[in-house]
Amino acid sequence: MDAENEQQAAPAEDGGQAQQHAGLSRRAIIGWAGAGVALGAAAVGTVAAATMSGGDGAPAPQAPEVPFYGEHQSGISTPVQDRLHFAAFDVITDDRDALVKMLKEWTKAAASMTGGREVGGGAVGVVPESPPDDTGEALGLPASRLTLTIGFGPTLFEKDGTDRFGLKARLPEALVELPKFRGDRLEAARSGGDLCIQACADDPQVAVHAIRNLARIGMGVVNVRWSQLGFGKTSSTTPDSQTPRNLMGFKDGTHNIAGTDADALARHVWVAPGDGPDWMTGGSYLVARRIRMTIETWDRSSLKDQEDTFGRTKIEGAPYGKQQERDTPDLSAMPADSHVRLAHPDSNGGLMILRRGYSFTDGTDGLGRLDAGLFFLAYQRDTRKAFVPLQTKLAANDKLNEYITHVASAHFACPPGVRKPGEWWGQSLFG
Amino acid sequence: MPARRTSAAAFLVLAVAGAALVGCSKKDDGGGKASADGASGPVQVTATDDKCELSRTSFPAGHVELAVANKGGKVTEVYVYADGDKIVTERENIGPGTKVTVNAEIKAGTYEVACKPGMTGDGIRQKITVTAGASAPAKADERLTRAVADYRTYAQEQADATIPVVEQFAAAVTAGDVEKAKSLFAASRVGWERTEPVAESFGDIDPKTDTREDGLEEGQAWTGWHRIEKSLWEDGKIGDEEKTLAAQLVSDLKDWQKRVPEAEITPTGMANGAKELLDEVSKNKITGEEDRYSHTDLSDFAANVEGARQAYELLKPVASENDPELSKTLDAEFEKITALLGKYRAADGTYTSYEKVTEDERKTFSDAVNSLGEPLSKLAAAVVVK
Repeated sequence: MDAENEQQAAPAEDGGQAQQHAGLSRRAIIGWAGAGVALGAAAVGTVAAATMSGGDGAPAPQAPEVPFYGEHQSGISTPVQDRLHFAAFDVITDDRDALVKMLKEWTKAAASMTGGREVGGGAVGVVPESPPDDTGEALGLPASRLTLTIGFGPTLFEKDGTDRFGLKARLPEALVELPKFRGDRLEAARSGGDLCIQACADDPQVAVHAIRNLARIGMGVVNVRWSQLGFGKTSSTTPDSQTPRNLMGFKDGTHNIAGTDADALARHVWVAPGDGPDWMTGGSYLVARRIRMTIETWDRSSLKDQEDTFGRTKIEGAPYGKQQERDTPDLSAMPADSHVRLAHPDSNGGLMILRRGYSFTDGTDGLGRLDAGLFFLAYQRDTRKAFVPLQTKLAANDKLNEYITHVASAHFACPPGVRKPGEWWGQSLFG
Repeated sequence: MPARRTSAAAFLVLAVAGAALVGCSKKDDGGGKASADGASGPVQVTATDDKCELSRTSFPAGHVELAVANKGGKVTEVYVYADGDKIVTERENIGPGTKVTVNAEIKAGTYEVACKPGMTGDGIRQKITVTAGASAPAKADERLTRAVADYRTYAQEQADATIPVVEQFAAAVTAGDVEKAKSLFAASRVGWERTEPVAESFGDIDPKTDTREDGLEEGQAWTGWHRIEKSLWEDGKIGDEEKTLAAQLVSDLKDWQKRVPEAEITPTGMANGAKELLDEVSKNKITGEEDRYSHTDLSDFAANVEGARQAYELLKPVASENDPELSKTLDAEFEKITALLGKYRAADGTYTSYEKVTEDERKTFSDAVNSLGEPLSKLAAAVVVK
């Protein structure tokens, strides 16, 4: 959705797992029906194309563990997992040593949990009268491709004019205070944060367990400022698998940066030497936006109106004037204010960001409407040259704005990876 | 204070040397040889919706393991009561079809085991006899023995000091003096709040004196501090019923005062009692639910912290030796929270009304409680007999 080009997520009902295609999958059947309905919205290809072109969404089976150590943090270019628990923290101490100590403990715990192991002494107490180190709800569950990604917010470097931890001089210029975009209705309590942890896993219990245990280890040093659960990845970094759909029912992520495309990652995602302070080299800047969708009004809008809003067909995801999802879009065939046309790299001098958003529904808003939408996560080499110009443009022109509101926002500098045991999160910054 | 009595158990469970290794099978407790009829090993407790069966009703004193299986359709709880329904140990929320093991250290004497299907009422009772001559208890660290004795003295002093204040409070109620009664309400609770885990270990007193309206069971008469608090602040008047309730509060608290000497106090019980005082704060005071009519939550909050600190200070000689870093953290966090509370205390010792404490300030309190409560939960492990 918003600063997005074309990708998004769909809670694919087969979770992107290999499916036996003994008969038509449910998705294919929908494709049949939908193709008929979609006639007239745009030139539609044959039914055969509509049902076949999604690929059969069977990526190679993935190992349950994503390596924790490496040049870059995992959880950025890693194939997007099904579930998210994202938490932003505030540092509540002014003791730098305590913060460093906690970061070291966090790193150790993160390495254990991403490897499918228990935290510290495990889920058994020292004595029956003492609480166990590990909270225990992930016992018996596989690592579930858990990744934990840390980021540092601008307020860690300076808050209310105070250089809190002697880091002010190391604030990257790219870690700007994001401008207020047109239409923003941000809730302060759900925005910002001194630190963040993005936990992604294929099992929600594993992701929640990770955040919970880090929050517990952090007691006395940090507290949870806000957090967000997400389901149904709305972006894929694996172009060969089924493109997921967002809660508006549109495929999201057709044209995202692939996790395997080293050139594109180097160009658009990873901070290069000389881009800014050395400590960020190999890192990436993360923008998180909670985007509320007014789904009730969206659902009442005509199929044509919905497709005009995106500039792609709903069922196949084909760009206007083309047959199939992955056909190269002809931007001029799309409405001028359509989301895809405005966000597409070709409309923005080749600009791309890596998206890993998730759908959310957090109960209701007290007015009988679902509090639902997209938790947008985007990684980029320099936010000033990526998300900011893109969102400025979308906020001003995107037809989608009729149905969405940005209600929370945060910006973080995610340092490079922890290369080997003994190193720790933020070492390049604090060390 | 919770209507539920979770603290009691912690106070009564002894840390046993050697029990530290969870999962190692217990040696049989004192000379019995294992036999097919289960004459040693865990006591099997089979709970159903209308039965509470024990595999044996007599066993030697010392470490007792109850292997509870809930074969009924309702959630149940299991209690071991000493005379006068004093809770020796308990376990709540045992779901249908689940099994739990309840460990306790029980001295010689007669007791009752109760299963409570549906978690209400007095439960289905079964008498048990605990015989002397069990294995000798682990040699206790003398400093811990002293800590326990000193803590008992402290608990007794708090109870003794509470009675005159409660009597003044009750006298004001009896005289129909609403304002005076209001001014004495918070002060009358301080001693109780400081030593709440001890008070709660007598399972029958707390429900009478310190239950909040939402903690009442179906059909339970509401008595005690919070019932009177509601009349004073909500209704602003005192009737005959309130006068009777005030008199009952005095007599219930005298009962508490009298029973402190028999409270079971152990080092780990003290440590976990301290942690539970912080849990209390976290759960009920931070939210303003405890004293919802009078808004004197901060007075209770401060008393909980003072009581926790007292328990910690007494255990510190041993704890600081076993875990110096933990001890350092606890010293710092107790200082921080005490200083924070100090900002809300007036010269006459009263605290700011909790109504006037903003959301942001409440969050600061919550952070301070978490920052102390988390390391405090590790205190028990630092005072077990090595």
